[in-house]
Amino acid sequence: MPIEVRDVSYTYMPGTPYETRALDGVSLTIRDGERLAIVGHTGSGKSTLVQHFNGLLLPSQGEVTVNGISTKEKSRLRELRREVGMVFQYPEHQLFEETVYKDIAFGPRNLGCPEAEMEARVRHALERMELDFDTVKDRSPFELSGGQQRRVAIAGVLAMQPEILILDEPAAGLDPSGKQHMNELLLSLHGEGITIIFITHNMDEVAEIAERVMVMNRGQVYMDDTPDHVFAREEELREIGLGVPGMTQLISMLNRECFDLPMGAYTVEKAYSAIRGDLGGGSDAS
Amino acid sequence: MLRDLTIGQYVPGDSALHRLDARTKILSAFAFIVLIFIIKTYIGYAWMAVGLMIVVAVSGIPVTFILKGIKPLWLIILITVIINLFFSQEGDPLLSWWIITITDAGLRLAIFMAARLILLITGTSLLTLTTSPIALTDGLESLMFPLKAIRFPAHELAMMMTIALRFIPTLMDETERIMKAQKARGADFESGRLMQRAKALVPLLVPLFVGAFRRADELALAMEARCYRGGEGRTRMKQLTFARRDLYAALLLLAWFAMAIVESYWLMR
Repeated sequence: MPIEVRDVSYTYMPGTPYETRALDGVSLTIRDGERLAIVGHTGSGKSTLVQHFNGLLLPSQGEVTVNGISTKEKSRLRELRREVGMVFQYPEHQLFEETVYKDIAFGPRNLGCPEAEMEARVRHALERMELDFDTVKDRSPFELSGGQQRRVAIAGVLAMQPEILILDEPAAGLDPSGKQHMNELLLSLHGEGITIIFITHNMDEVAEIAERVMVMNRGQVYMDDTPDHVFAREEELREIGLGVPGMTQLISMLNRECFDLPMGAYTVEKAYSAIRGDLGGGSDAS
Repeated sequence: MLRDLTIGQYVPGDSALHRLDARTKILSAFAFIVLIFIIKTYIGYAWMAVGLMIVVAVSGIPVTFILKGIKPLWLIILITVIINLFFSQEGDPLLSWWIITITDAGLRLAIFMAARLILLITGTSLLTLTTSPIALTDGLESLMFPLKAIRFPAHELAMMMTIALRFIPTLMDETERIMKAQKARGADFESGRLMQRAKALVPLLVPLFVGAFRRADELALAMEARCYRGGEGRTRMKQLTFARRDLYAALLLLAWFAMAIVESYWLMR
């Protein structure tokens, strides 16, 4: 299910004084099984771009195809939305049903999932989100805590069993353990063969999850590379209002002193072994 | 789709119309509305239309933008015209066929109604297009001030209007966001019979209401945290001032309106 974006531009409210060009000639290809992070400061066009991936927005110019099917083909829109799941920012704001069970079943039911299969799907989705099926299924989603509501909302998308999952700042507003859980979830979903595309502001999250980073600026693709290559361009990132992960900052500070560490060591584990190697092999001073 | 609505929108600018005091504009718009319902001649309406076009030109707002505001209302205008055309039986018949009779009085009324509606929409949207919502409600509060003598809650009403206006775009954005989220889950808002469509709105309306109540709660808390306690002794950052240009504008408009009345009521005799 590769996503192919060819020279796409998108303009909001054309022909009014509020006209804005949100995307400007964006091209990219997302292959199966990628873990792609899309970063950029507010208004850089990230959310507009991902909404093109499942036909919520149609390009003003250019074309988006998913698995060879153009998003402009209306008759196949439902099929497209089954395969490309989308978790919006603050997904807990979309809950509406009387019970958690019904809310999670909303998506699969719209896509024509047989009732017999439904319970298994809902149960599986809830378990993925570490919620107990029997205790929450009959509760109202509005009685749950904020963190639990978000998990139910994401379960509602997982129950559709998408092959590509897009998440718009999935960890925004979560506590540290919630963020940790979110990262683990994304990695384990990827392990099951789901393509993961996520938008974030948090570079540490990028460092932990992504294997490819796309940086957007003013509606254009500014960088599109592996995390270590992107983080090596710290100056440019700062210029467009972004930063680098904490570990990359530490490494560049250490290098300014007396170390000679690779800039690609952007996770705690990689940095640890790099520093260890440098200390052990470089000098005998203890 | 929702963003195409222009009624009630404000287009920032620096034209002579933008700089007028909100009260001048509100009172003029009010006088304008009364006037277009009491004019009785074609020339009177033409006169009003020409004047309005000049005001539009002065405002610097693109004509296409104003036409867009009328577009959603074409149907209402059309229905009004048809009803007036076919159902008024006074006057001399111009055309008679089967059960349909069109009289000269009916035709006249139909044209007048269409002219009134178009002028009404354009004139009033010009007020909101050139006046920021804050200035608009400040102006209204100031105009309602005399009513405080009879314990009319002018400030509270103005504050409620400010908040309501302030949240229209927010709620529109929210509607669009939730709609997209539910569409991504396979919801269909665009097809099906009437009942199905009404049912399809539940996943949209429930989160929208929940969100509106949550926002109201948060806003109330934020206002209290900043010691809001009603209009008593409250001062403003931007004072409304009735300047010399307001006087000139008012005199010009008065002359324009007076001409219309004179033409309508005395010249035709």
